[in-house]
Amino acid sequence: MNVYPLLIEVLQVLILLSAAPAFVGWVRVLKCWSQGRSSAGVFQPYRDLAKLFSKDVVLAENASWIFRFTPYLVFGAAVLAGGIIPILSTDLPLAATADVIVLVALFAIARFFTALAGMDIGTAFGGMGSSREMTIASLAEPAMLMAIFTMSLASRSTSLSQMAQAVLSGQPVLRPSIAFALLAFVLIALAETGRIPVDNPATHLELTMIHEAMILEYSGRHLALIEWASMMKLFLFAALGIAAFAPWGISTTDAFLPVLAAFIFMTLKLGVAGVVLVLIETGLAKMRLFRLTEFLGSAFLLATLGMLSYFILE
Amino acid sequence: MMLTPIETASACVLGLLLIVVLAGILHRKQRLLLPVCFSLASAASLLTVVAGGLAVANGLTEQVVMLIGLPDLPFHLRLDPLSGFFLTVIGLLAFFVSIYSIGYVKGFLGRRSVTSLVIFYCLFLAGMFMVVLSDDALIFLISWEVMAAASYFLVVFEDEQVENRRAAFLYMVVAHVGAIAILLSFGVLAGLATGFGSFSGYTFDAMRSAHFPVEWATAAFLLSFFGFAAKAGVVPLHVWLPEAHPVAPSNISALMSGVMLKTAIYGIIRITFDLIRVFPWWWGAIVLIFGLVSAVMGVLYALMQHDLKRLLAYHSVENIGIILIGIGLAMIFTSFKLPLLAALALTAGIYHTLNHAMFKGLLFMGAGAVLHATHERNMEEMGGLIHLMPWTAVLFLIGCISISALPPFNGFVSEWLTFQAFLLSPSLPSPLLKLLIPMGAALLALTGALAAACFVKAFGVTFLGHWRGHHASRVVETGWMMRLGMIMAALTCLLLGVFPTLVIGWMDAVPEQLIGSGLGATAGTFGWMWLTPVAYERASYSGPIVFFGILSVVVAAYLLLHVRPGAIHRAPIWDCGFQKINQRMQYNATSFSMPIRRIFGFLFSVREQVRLSPQTPHRAFPRRIHYYLRVRDRFWGWLYRPVIEASFWVSRKVGRLQQGRIQAYLIYSFVTIIVLLVFLG
Amino acid sequence: MNLSVAANINSFLAALVLLTAFGMLVQRRMYGLIHLFAWQGLFLSVSTAIVGFVAGKHHLYISSLLTLSLKVVLLPYILHVLIHRLRIQKEVETVVNVPLTMLIGIGLVIFSYHLTAPVRELSTLVTRSTLAVALATVMIGLLMMITRRHAVTQIIGFLAMENGLFFAATSATYGMPLVVELGVALDILIAAFIFGIFFFHIHTTFDSLDVEKMARLKESD
Repeated sequence: MNVYPLLIEVLQVLILLSAAPAFVGWVRVLKCWSQGRSSAGVFQPYRDLAKLFSKDVVLAENASWIFRFTPYLVFGAAVLAGGIIPILSTDLPLAATADVIVLVALFAIARFFTALAGMDIGTAFGGMGSSREMTIASLAEPAMLMAIFTMSLASRSTSLSQMAQAVLSGQPVLRPSIAFALLAFVLIALAETGRIPVDNPATHLELTMIHEAMILEYSGRHLALIEWASMMKLFLFAALGIAAFAPWGISTTDAFLPVLAAFIFMTLKLGVAGVVLVLIETGLAKMRLFRLTEFLGSAFLLATLGMLSYFILE
Repeated sequence: MMLTPIETASACVLGLLLIVVLAGILHRKQRLLLPVCFSLASAASLLTVVAGGLAVANGLTEQVVMLIGLPDLPFHLRLDPLSGFFLTVIGLLAFFVSIYSIGYVKGFLGRRSVTSLVIFYCLFLAGMFMVVLSDDALIFLISWEVMAAASYFLVVFEDEQVENRRAAFLYMVVAHVGAIAILLSFGVLAGLATGFGSFSGYTFDAMRSAHFPVEWATAAFLLSFFGFAAKAGVVPLHVWLPEAHPVAPSNISALMSGVMLKTAIYGIIRITFDLIRVFPWWWGAIVLIFGLVSAVMGVLYALMQHDLKRLLAYHSVENIGIILIGIGLAMIFTSFKLPLLAALALTAGIYHTLNHAMFKGLLFMGAGAVLHATHERNMEEMGGLIHLMPWTAVLFLIGCISISALPPFNGFVSEWLTFQAFLLSPSLPSPLLKLLIPMGAALLALTGALAAACFVKAFGVTFLGHWRGHHASRVVETGWMMRLGMIMAALTCLLLGVFPTLVIGWMDAVPEQLIGSGLGATAGTFGWMWLTPVAYERASYSGPIVFFGILSVVVAAYLLLHVRPGAIHRAPIWDCGFQKINQRMQYNATSFSMPIRRIFGFLFSVREQVRLSPQTPHRAFPRRIHYYLRVRDRFWGWLYRPVIEASFWVSRKVGRLQQGRIQAYLIYSFVTIIVLLVFLG
Repeated sequence: MNLSVAANINSFLAALVLLTAFGMLVQRRMYGLIHLFAWQGLFLSVSTAIVGFVAGKHHLYISSLLTLSLKVVLLPYILHVLIHRLRIQKEVETVVNVPLTMLIGIGLVIFSYHLTAPVRELSTLVTRSTLAVALATVMIGLLMMITRRHAVTQIIGFLAMENGLFFAATSATYGMPLVVELGVALDILIAAFIFGIFFFHIHTTFDSLDVEKMARLKESD
């Protein structure tokens, strides 16, 4: 049996674990630059995580096992997703474990438990966060599925590796459907990863926070795991977008040189993804909760237009 | 002596009828009656599972003509893969629920006699088994009525409460309107099968071999779809469901929601795929549209509920919708001669049938356990039960995850298969359908996500946080019998989710029988670990890897972080330095669903009022706030109130005939006889 | 530039026209609306030029230029000035809520695809597939006029409808004769001026450009 694919699999997970904080750090640095502040450097998230891991855990008196189990589950789902999304190579032994729909569902189970953990302590904030998070998720889901539908039309597959290979081996054509799906995907990714204009990861103001409200009671290693997992989630959504829409550079074999090239391409593309994210985040303001129906409605509209233009125009 | 599957199944039905007799004999010894009868019922159910399972696994079709029946109209029974599959579904849940009932029904002992409960329970089971076994219209309708009547008496079991009697009455009315439609539909089919001159068309065999003109077939289909939709609780015929299911004893709710609704699904599949066989695509579109509407409306109504069992009942509407989506797609694909895709969609539909039976049964059993312990159905009065009822909490949580379609549990697999069927719709030749069907996929995604939101609410409000009730009641964990029933259902949920390939391989005989094509060859190409419904390039899923992958990362992370013994300190909740947090400050069921209520509010009739107490000095400093919220089903006003008013109007008009004088009545009879003689003579 | 590449670009432009139509349908801000309208004109004009190139019909270049000057420069400018002069509130009020409008719009696209299916079967032109988009643009323009209250947005809806018609002419028959097109362009221009005058009148009479207020013109009953 060939061990190389397995090795790449392990390598991918390691890259995910180690590079996700750097990616978040890069986004923060860019944001500081764009707002004229001095930054704490790309490596600040590592220091944050190290600090949190070394601290003791303080649990609320009535926290149940769900509260303690959730960080591990959220972390586990993110790591598993890292083994499935083709970051370096499309030739992954685990790639067939899950197609895009299963990947979305993996994030959904992490969200389900986070929302439960938010309600576990019985504070008003936790419940508020859970309620809002689940509302936003349920509005984002139809748009996400429609985007997946549109992407699967061209590649005739919902498996990410197959999608990437279809783009890599096909002729470069200007496809309106893919362009629409990409736009929709960006909007959904903003909602799913809790970025501006849907949620603000930097705020702890009670009226605006959503994800932070759910995890407000966490501390120590639990908080570290959750933070790490949410960094990985951002990284994974960037990787997901890259694999589906711009897989150029991702290796289709498991030879050493293409994988090395894929690593370099990945770094470059993630750098660009960070710039795009910061441009969006600086350009937009956080939306009111009930304006989000329009935001996610637009995502749905774009994805649907993609589907329609595939049938009408292509 | 070896019994063939159909003999085993019939023996089980007979056994259930014997238990009815036994219950009558043991009436005076209630403490003995309960365990004996329910364990016998569970044994009978387990045997039917074996019989049904074997019939499906071997793709057997057996027929029996019974000696009893009306003169010249003997009863026919038949066990083919389709009925075997439904027999398995019903038997499996009946097995779990019967064990659960041994513990649950004990709660009624000393308060009331449970003999009638046991009798009707067994009749109910027997009726359901007979519905799927019957092979002619006559015995089908008789079993259908036995099932309906028995479940009516079960709903009305606690008959001292007005609401129970009202709910049961509503249930009876809708069930009978549906039954009339089914009767008419069979009448049309039987008449066309052999002509109206003879009676032999009442067997399903005669219908199978007949060719129906499309307009009559359509009439029969529409009538039967109406009838079965009324039983299944398809929107807009769903109103009886959230009334009847909550008031029945919880073991009965589990059976009604879990499997009784499935007999209607069975009926739809039997009539369309087996009896009529050739149909235009728009029948499928009708089923698909009703399925989508039921799915979305069901889950939205569920989100508005704060009664735990009512919430679950509305979720049955949703899940019936999801099943119908699969069946509708299968019908569309069949009529366009795409057998592989039709097999995929049908497999998705019936897989969800099996899954829904398991997790909904589990959830109703869990709700029953909560009700048993707290004597409370209103979630707004619960909270924090995870500390008092740890077993029930875990098992209920498994049900929640399964129904929310989250991997690696079973609900996800069938929804994923339905999505795959949707994603293959571009191979349809009709351009309009190509554009419209993806919208259905989006609605299904919306349904799934809303269901997750709803079960975060249901579990979070019931089991997490603090107890919200006014006086903390003495809540204790349920007994072992109830736990055992739930544990088995929960394990089934997990197994059905982790090993879908094996299950699909087993149930492959059903699409083979109905469509002539199965998934068995493609779904399991890469062994039991990988599920590749159509082709591995198209989509794949591995339940075992998702389950064990997450599990191993969780365990590894846990162990790594516990190398260094880090202390866990317990501390009071951080209250931001304000006054102490109390249980009234928690989010409750109403506040949790507020954003969704506002976004989708136009679909309900919502009345919301905030009233300040009169002695408030200023709006900004209210002493007391009264909040009033009423969410109602719009269909009640749109559809049912006009019908009710019309029927009252008609009855008032007809009531004028009542004179109270015997001569007048004699005149009516006389005139009737004269008229009949004139027309028939 | 070969034929398939041109058709590809043309399809993409059609998609963009559709996108701007939807953008106008959901845009709340008045200036944003005008900008979207200008963009739509631009896409239209480029698309016309490409069709002219592919089909070898040189009068299409002229109508492309006409579109560019009229719909991308002149009309947006006039509307801009109008809004500025009349100090119209910038927020556009809608009658129906935005997500629902979007869904209706999607339904209209599907409907027009269904309607144009027979034409698509018969036609042999490179541009035949964009006919559905053109028809959808017309319908969305009308939908916009129905769902908005503000007189200015209604005009933009009207102009968007005209864009759709123009696009339909280009894609179905490679454009109308030049004379007709010049006439239509002139009509549009005149219509814009008349609208401008009407706006002033409505504004002075009702102190608002909310067309709902016109219900007051009805005899009281």
